[in-house]
Amino acid sequence: MSQAKATFLLKDGFARMFKGGVIMDVVNAEQAKVAEEAGACAVMALERVPADIRATGGVARMTDPKLIKAIMKAVTIPVMAKARIGHFVEAQILQALKVDFIDESEVLSPADEQYHIDKHDYKVPFVCGARDLGEALRRIKEGAAMIRTKGEAGTGDIVQAVRHARAIQEQIDALKTMNESVLEQAAIDMRVTVELVQQVKELGRLPVVNFAAGGVATPADAALMMQLGMDGVFVGSGIFKSSDPAKRARAIVEAVTHYNDPKKLAKVSEDLGEAMEGINAGEIELRMEDRGV
Amino acid sequence: MVIGVLALQGDFKEHMASLRSHGVEGRDVRTPADLKEVNALILPGGESTTMAKLLISSGLNKEIVQRAKKKMPIWGTCAGAILLATDVVSPVPLECTLGLLDMTVERNSYGRQLNSFLGQVEGLKEPFDASFIRAPRISRLGRGVRVLARCRKDRVMMREKNILATTFHTELGGENKVLEYFLSQMIEKR
Repeated sequence: MSQAKATFLLKDGFARMFKGGVIMDVVNAEQAKVAEEAGACAVMALERVPADIRATGGVARMTDPKLIKAIMKAVTIPVMAKARIGHFVEAQILQALKVDFIDESEVLSPADEQYHIDKHDYKVPFVCGARDLGEALRRIKEGAAMIRTKGEAGTGDIVQAVRHARAIQEQIDALKTMNESVLEQAAIDMRVTVELVQQVKELGRLPVVNFAAGGVATPADAALMMQLGMDGVFVGSGIFKSSDPAKRARAIVEAVTHYNDPKKLAKVSEDLGEAMEGINAGEIELRMEDRGV
Repeated sequence: MVIGVLALQGDFKEHMASLRSHGVEGRDVRTPADLKEVNALILPGGESTTMAKLLISSGLNKEIVQRAKKKMPIWGTCAGAILLATDVVSPVPLECTLGLLDMTVERNSYGRQLNSFLGQVEGLKEPFDASFIRAPRISRLGRGVRVLARCRKDRVMMREKNILATTFHTELGGENKVLEYFLSQMIEKR
């Protein structure tokens, strides 16, 4: 009898279980428990949150397996971890560790300037960042089961995530008026198959789950991304770089569920202490979003 | 007839799409006021820990239990099934289950995502394939609970009066045999 594992249906189906949820960056087991207790639907295990990667500089790599294992042991919710763009061996290691999802992430230093990881080769599903429809569809073509906006990680500035979310939706909307030959040209321009572009045109959205990421610092930021049509939200530095992580985490979880209820948003936004300090995305020197297009 | 889908977290839009394709009116349920507008309720897949917390903060946990006592049909899928159970044991006990179906559930019982699988479910009219995604397993069933379907030897579809639980997903595409059962056997036949 059939017992198929690791089919795309199962990868995509798993990603769908995150919808309406918040995935939080954590750097140790203690933070992972705080995230779980606050209602995170998954955690991202890493050594340094993006704000610290930015501050310390240097090459950012996959997290020490010992730390990932400690986090996996500490919580029952799914655990994700990051591999460098194109670093297929880091991805092999993460799969060997049995993490639930791999983020091929521009937050780490890219390992390959030309190729992303061939994600079809893996049993573990992948999420990848995108700034526009072409990037999103190329990652899906490579096997990504989930897309997120790149935003500009570690800034606490939501502007890039908004730009990326809007760009993707506007480009999808533009497909609606395209005839067959124009669609073919669009597929060539984006370096993907016309079938994939056709599918997006019919769905009116990406064919996989699409989360917001990069710069989310407040419940209002999270609800903004939800109202822009995102399926859920990643929060990186925004929680554990704030003055009261547990309370802020809880508030962001509530904000993603009740994103269309301003009264509730007002209530959960109250008295959260200091948000992460933040840096305007226009003032930074390292633009992570330019990595891996 | 309006069927509510608990829309706190998880794949509630997939359930909503499945309802639409069966010509049934669905409604997102996020608050006790929403619950008043529906005649039946589906608890979707997702993260049970997250949904449990949001059930409490929204006040929906108590309201759902009240409605269940008044015979409202409820169907929980995967995480939704966990929420329905009277006992959730491993890996750690879960706060606030709704306690509407007398069974003990072991969460993530097959393992992590690498162990998620497509399995054949047998017990309804015809066998069908379904997705078991970080699925729970039932380690104990109360005497009043009927097993409606199994996958290999595992009990995967259970019913106790107006409460239905499946440890798998049928809302992710293709025919939704369990929804057909829920509509025909638990709603129309009431």
